[in-house]
Formats: sequence, structure tokens, C-alpha cells
Amino acid sequence: MMLTPVEISALLLSLKVALLSTVISLPVAIAVAWILARKSFPGKVLVDSLVHLPLVLPPVAVGYLLLLGLGRNGIIGAWLDQTFGISLAFTWVGAGIAAAIMGFPLMVRAIRLSIEAIDPRLERAARTLGAPRSHVFRTITLPLMMPGLIGGSVLGFARALGEFGATITFAGNIPGVTQTLPSALYTAQQMPGGEFAALRIAILSIIIAMLALVGSEILARRARRTIYGGDT
Amino acid sequence: MTTVLSAEIEQQTGDFHLGAAFDLGPGISALFGPSGAGKTMVLNAIAGLATPARGHITLNGRTLFDSENKVNLAPNKRRIGYVFQHGRLFPHLSVEANLLYGVRFVPDDAPQINFNEVVDVLGIRPLLARRTHDLSGGEGQRVAIGRALMTSPELLLMDEPLASLDLARRLEILPFIERLRDAFDIPIIYVSHSLNEVIRLADTAVLLQDGKVIARGQAEDIWNRHDLQPIFGLADPSRGLSAPQTIIACKVAEHDRAFELTRLHGNGLSFWVPRLERPIGSRLRLQVRATDVTLSTDEPQNTSILNHFHGTIETLDASRAGFADVEIRMATGATLWARVTQKSAMKLNLTTGHDIWALVKSVAVARGTAEPVPPSLES
Repeated sequence: MMLTPVEISALLLSLKVALLSTVISLPVAIAVAWILARKSFPGKVLVDSLVHLPLVLPPVAVGYLLLLGLGRNGIIGAWLDQTFGISLAFTWVGAGIAAAIMGFPLMVRAIRLSIEAIDPRLERAARTLGAPRSHVFRTITLPLMMPGLIGGSVLGFARALGEFGATITFAGNIPGVTQTLPSALYTAQQMPGGEFAALRIAILSIIIAMLALVGSEILARRARRTIYGGDT
Repeated sequence: MTTVLSAEIEQQTGDFHLGAAFDLGPGISALFGPSGAGKTMVLNAIAGLATPARGHITLNGRTLFDSENKVNLAPNKRRIGYVFQHGRLFPHLSVEANLLYGVRFVPDDAPQINFNEVVDVLGIRPLLARRTHDLSGGEGQRVAIGRALMTSPELLLMDEPLASLDLARRLEILPFIERLRDAFDIPIIYVSHSLNEVIRLADTAVLLQDGKVIARGQAEDIWNRHDLQPIFGLADPSRGLSAPQTIIACKVAEHDRAFELTRLHGNGLSFWVPRLERPIGSRLRLQVRATDVTLSTDEPQNTSILNHFHGTIETLDASRAGFADVEIRMATGATLWARVTQKSAMKLNLTTGHDIWALVKSVAVARGTAEPVPPSLES
């Protein structure tokens, strides 16, 4: 099956956007997951709900809020535009940000679970061996949460590949600029006689998503084996 | 005694109040007491894993914690090794990487700990390349001890390091801890509720109950206090009805080659035991169970028992049904506990101040042998 130029461009852009969104959200997700897993503070329930909001909010609403905030006339967007000449709306970076927000709750969930599975007494033991906090985090906490990092990243990545509503609202559907696989599918399906083109893109999406999920399972298994040994 | 650690710790957790103050010297100090006495809380406060509400902790003159002057050193700055009840080995690292984890943080001016020596003393060389999850409990604890040692600590805390092991594994590890004490000059605080471990290992002891220090001093002096026996029984239920025992610090005085005997001398008492392969002058600790001591109102003449001593009855405790626990004070000042039936006590008309002969049927060497300890030595 040969891919058409439109499909190739949408596929490459989707991968680029998904990768960017994963890279943006991973450090924030690690920090938020760690705080939610290890700290108790007033308003924790509120933070937890806020993190999960994109999961239940209509994606269009998220895209609209992004436009309000980061659009050329938005609060932050106007400042970015005037100070740096940067505009995020209707760019592939904007699509990446929209996808990052949509995938964020999934990422935090997976990472948080893996942090909660780590015995904090191991970290305390490392402190008594002379290691400062930052070193303990790098050498004990981070390696032990690797299965969750992999799982969370792939979930976020896959969610970004499938993101449609927020992306099309905030970044638009410009072929070669912001037209990802889902928006290409939407466009094809809107055109008379585009059913076959739409089906091809749908199959392509399924293949990519399956590859990501299977790949992550293999990586996560390998990580668990390095940590705990055996055939888990 | 040079003071290594000086601590005064006050902490409140729920209904439990910990208020403990003590000084510890070099060698192995036992922190002993029933579960819930606050032993682990004390260790965590010393290690910096918990912050006491009030008090101060000083190690070799260095202030680790002082609530008044708001000093609270981070655990990684305290230079204290900690061996936990369950090894807490890092599961994603090999045994060797576990052992070396803290080495990079050892200050240059700290005494250098030789990796090969640690590995050999603990007998863990064959394990180095292994992952931690397929180690046995005993192997894991030895690695955990080695990992703490490699940081060249000024003080080593051991929180019931043998409690999670079965008896066979315990007996396997005890000699390693003894070798540790002899090979590395690191003071150790050993938390345990096993009287046998403590008698075997400790030089001094702190007895903790309900968050308070009940007694502290030379281990022998504490173990021989009759009034503390109920606490020992509470702490170590394996002792059952816990007949009192007398612990005596001895030196090897002479060997009798003809009869293959060794004379041990301590507290002004001499004991003949089957030949011990130990040089004259070496120190060991004898354990005489009260049930192994027979009493006689006359000087024993025709008896096969080698060890008998003359003294007067100091205490007579007939509070237990069927038995009487008798403390005999010798002319030398030493005391010895004997347990006889109340029937015998009546027959011999035992009363305090009474002249009495104590015949010791057998003694056990509780400490000081490098070889596995024989359970008892018939004399």
C-alpha cells in the first residue's frame, strides 16, 4: 500500500506533534505525579481534579480555552506576540501544546501509580548512605518508576496521535502545517467520494497506535525485568 | 568510657511518649526492650529519619540535632550507617552496585574502608554480580550490612537485623556481626528483643520500656538484675517462664592439658569447663542458667560436679508457683541465681542470710568464641 503525499505529510506531522507533546508534558507530569503521590497538602483534591479535567472536558472546550489564553489576542498569547513575536495558534507547536494538555491526565496517572509502588523506605535508606535528595531521586526513584514513565509516555503519545477536537480548534486544519491524521481523516470524510481515503487514514491510525502500544508493553516489561527480575 | 554518642530525645506520636536520654561508648551497645518500647524511634531520630520534638544528639562531639539551637543535620550529612530490619536493598542494582552506592559520598578524611575486606568479612564475594531479588534473607542482610559499612560510618545502627530470619539464618549471621565488631573499629547500636543475641554481642546495654530508659550500663550488670527479669521475658517471649540467668564476664585463666579442661575466672569465681581453644587472658562471657544450679546446705564432698561455690542467700523469691528463685552472694561479692522447687526450699529450710553451697551443673559460653557456640558445656 503506497501512501499519498497528503497521507505522508499528515503522518509525519502527527508523529512530530505527538513527540513534541510528550516531550513538553513529561517533566511536568513527573513533577505533578510525584507531588500527588508523596505529598499531602490542603487543596490536594482540587489539584487532582484539575489534572484530570482534560479527560472529561469536551476537547473543543480545551481548544477554545487555549485560544483565549494563548491566541494572538489571548492574555499570554498577546504578551508572547509582542515580546518575542511568537504566535502559537494555528502552528504545529500549538497543536503539540493542545495534544500535551489532552494527554496530561493519562501520563500523570501512569507515573503516579509507579511512584506509589516505590517503597519510600528505599529512598530513606539511600539518604543514610550519604546521598543527597537530588541524587536519590536520580539513582533510586527515577529508575524504579521507569515502567510508569514508559507507560505514561506512550499513553500520552498515543493520545496526542488521536487528538482532534482541541487541536482543530486551537491549531486549525491546514494541510502540511497543522493537518494531523485525525484532521486529514475528517477532511477526507467531508469530501464527496472521500470514503475510501478516510478508511485508508483510519487503518493507518490503527497501525500506528498498535505499534506504539505493543512497543510500550515490550519496553515496560523489559524495565520491570531489570528492576524486579524474573518473568514479570 | 569515652562517649561516642550522647542523646536526649523527646517525641510524641499519638498516645506514645518517647523520652530517652543516654550516652554510649565504643563497641556494641544493645538497645533492648519489648516491642513498642520506642527502639526504632530512637534509631530513626539518631539517623535523622525522624525529627524529635525536643532534645539533642551529639556524635563524637559533633552536634547532629539540637532543638534549642535549631540544628538538624540531614540524614546524608550525619555519617551514620543504618542496617534495617528488612535489608532495603535497591532492587534495580546488582549486589556490587548496592555495596558501592554510598562510597562516592565518603569524605576524604574519613577512615578508608577496604571493599575487599568488607566482602571477605561478610562472605559475600560469590554474590557480587547477583541481583538482589534472588538473595536469601541471610545473604540480603549481609549485603545490607556491607553497604552501610562501605560508607565508613562513625556509628552503625542495626535495627533487629536478624528478626526477619529463621533460627538457622540467624545463627549464620551472628558470627559475621562478631567479626565485624572485631575487624572494623566502628561503634554499633544493636536493637533487638532477643536476649541471646544481646548477651552474645553487646558490651553495654540500654533497656527501654514504654519510651523510657529503665536501665543502662554494662550488659552483665543489667542482665543479672532480678527486678528486670519480667521485662526481659516480656521482650523475648521465647524465654518462656524465663528462669533468671547469671551472666559472668570471664577471662581464660589456665588450661589443664592432662584432663582437657580450661579454667575461666571472672567476678572472683573460677569455672572449670571442657578445654577451650583460646589463649590465656582472652575474654568471654559465661551464661549460667538458674535451672543449672543446684543448692546444698553442706559442703559437697562426693560429687561429680566440678564447680561449686560457697555463699549466703541474698534474695529468695518464691512468687512463682512451685519454684523459688534464689540469689546467692559469694564472699567475692559475685552473685549467682539458682532455681529450686519450693519443696526443696522448704526441705533445706532456705532463708535469706542462710549459708549455702551452689553447684553449677553446666555453663554456656555466650560470647567470645569465634567458632559456633556449643549450646552448653557439661562440667
